[in-house]
Amino acid sequence: MKPSRPFKVFRAVALVLVVFSLIAPLLWMVAASFKTNVDIYDTGKALVFTPTLDNYDTVLQQANYVQFIGNSLWVALAATVFSLILGVPAAYSMSRFNMKKSALVVLMARVIPGVSLLVPWYYVFSNLQMVGGYTVLILSHMFVSLPLIVYIMMGYFDGLPGELEEAALVDGLTHIGAFRRITLPLSVPGVATAGILSFIFSWNNFMFALVLSGADTKTLPVAIFDFVGYASIDWGGLMAAATVVTVPIMLIALFVQKYIVSGLTAGATKG
Amino acid sequence: MSAVTTPVTRSPEAGTAPAESAWSRWANAHRKWLFAAPAMAFVAVLIIFPVAWTGYLSLTDAEGSVRAESEFIGFQNYLDVLSDTDRFWPAVWRTALFTFVVLLVEVVLGMAIALLLWRPFRGERWVRVAILLPLVATPVAVGMMWRLIFDPNIGMANQVLSWVGIGPQPWLSGQNSALPTTMFIDIWQWTPMVVLILLAGLTSLSDEPQEAALIDGASIWQRFRHVTLPLLMPTVIVAILLRGIDALKTFDILYATKGRGGGSFHEVETLNVYAYGLSFDYNDYGVSSTVLIIFFLIIIGVMWALTYRKKGLER
Repeated sequence: MKPSRPFKVFRAVALVLVVFSLIAPLLWMVAASFKTNVDIYDTGKALVFTPTLDNYDTVLQQANYVQFIGNSLWVALAATVFSLILGVPAAYSMSRFNMKKSALVVLMARVIPGVSLLVPWYYVFSNLQMVGGYTVLILSHMFVSLPLIVYIMMGYFDGLPGELEEAALVDGLTHIGAFRRITLPLSVPGVATAGILSFIFSWNNFMFALVLSGADTKTLPVAIFDFVGYASIDWGGLMAAATVVTVPIMLIALFVQKYIVSGLTAGATKG
Repeated sequence: MSAVTTPVTRSPEAGTAPAESAWSRWANAHRKWLFAAPAMAFVAVLIIFPVAWTGYLSLTDAEGSVRAESEFIGFQNYLDVLSDTDRFWPAVWRTALFTFVVLLVEVVLGMAIALLLWRPFRGERWVRVAILLPLVATPVAVGMMWRLIFDPNIGMANQVLSWVGIGPQPWLSGQNSALPTTMFIDIWQWTPMVVLILLAGLTSLSDEPQEAALIDGASIWQRFRHVTLPLLMPTVIVAILLRGIDALKTFDILYATKGRGGGSFHEVETLNVYAYGLSFDYNDYGVSSTVLIIFFLIIIGVMWALTYRKKGLER
């Protein structure tokens, strides 16, 4: 069906507005991160200003941000890898054997408000002397990643025909061998989708790290708050910190767009 | 297809087949649970114990330290919480209002944008990039970004208003404007999610019903109302379910923009923020557990109602 000409004009105008309202605030944040606090307070210098790297110097040199970047990377990567190891076989089983109720157990983690788990977790993990360590952070972030991975991979395995595995069985492979040598290699795109999305959600997670991390194990979303004081806010530093958190993940998103979209819309069209 | 459970008989000539140990025979026979159990156990341990413990705590007067001694006081906390018109009920009301408004706006706006993007056009790639960016941005950083833009003195928002002759607004710092402003931020960040889901649904629709309606002389609106929308309804419900769960639990943006306790007048204090404050600022574990159990029941109830409605629609 061909859209009519007036519709095309209307669409172009509307879409420019949409793109502008989504991009402009982000550009504003990045611009402010290159301004001195004096320039941020001067509305006359909204667009024309002398860029400075001072804020990034503060963030990266003085505020210990390099370590926090490392923490975020390590926690997100570890949570993703362990969740894939647990989640992919589980999703396979749940898809092939139609284990709807079992899947529901895992997907419950998506529904339950995180706060309701934090007090008991805090209690147990502080008794185990684990609060402030990486292990507890990775475990809590796995709690976010695992249901996501199971959800995406179940949809993916549903779409893979079982005939290939049956053929492999006839050729003498065991069931597990068929999964390992046939199904798993075929599901690499699905695993990539699940892994990327899991990494992003773990990187962005705030509430668990807020309670369970220590001064040295803080992840980036928690470390941002170092720039918010009770009396005043270091706006330049804060925007540089916010930029350091968001821009890497956006760049990743741009390169692997296809996977992110397919992950976020997994299951949407099946209803 | 059904899973293959019959053992495969091999001819003796198939010498390349790996030797089966007792372990691998057992593993193959029990692979269903061998694969699923670790993930289920992980989630169950991290859920069942905490929820049970929260349920128990809600029946005690626990406070101060998580390790402190506490006394069993029955349903006293529930009576207190349910009769608390000062913090609890306003928080329930705010949670409901926040969820309802952001869901409504995100679905309507998301549907409009998805319809715009439906048919191919030049520059599609750029629009898709723009739509993806807010989605992957860290919510806390997004909150901080808007906090600068909405700052009453130095923010760009009031600057723009002054160009069109409107006086400065308090935005996040106003007692009545804070909640709508946080709703706006949520809508900015998550409408793209609804767009993506609905667009996936639209793309999977077949063109034939549309063309048939066109031949019958249906207008654009009639085609949308009577053809596209009913066909897309299952996808809309999925979008509402996914966004609804997250909107009910919104925390990051509220915490980043208004801090602990949802501002000095608790103006953005939703159930999630309220429970967090009770637990980790006031260490009022008994009461916070009560709030959490009630919150939990509300979420389960809403989920059940929505999936029930979804089944009804599919019939």
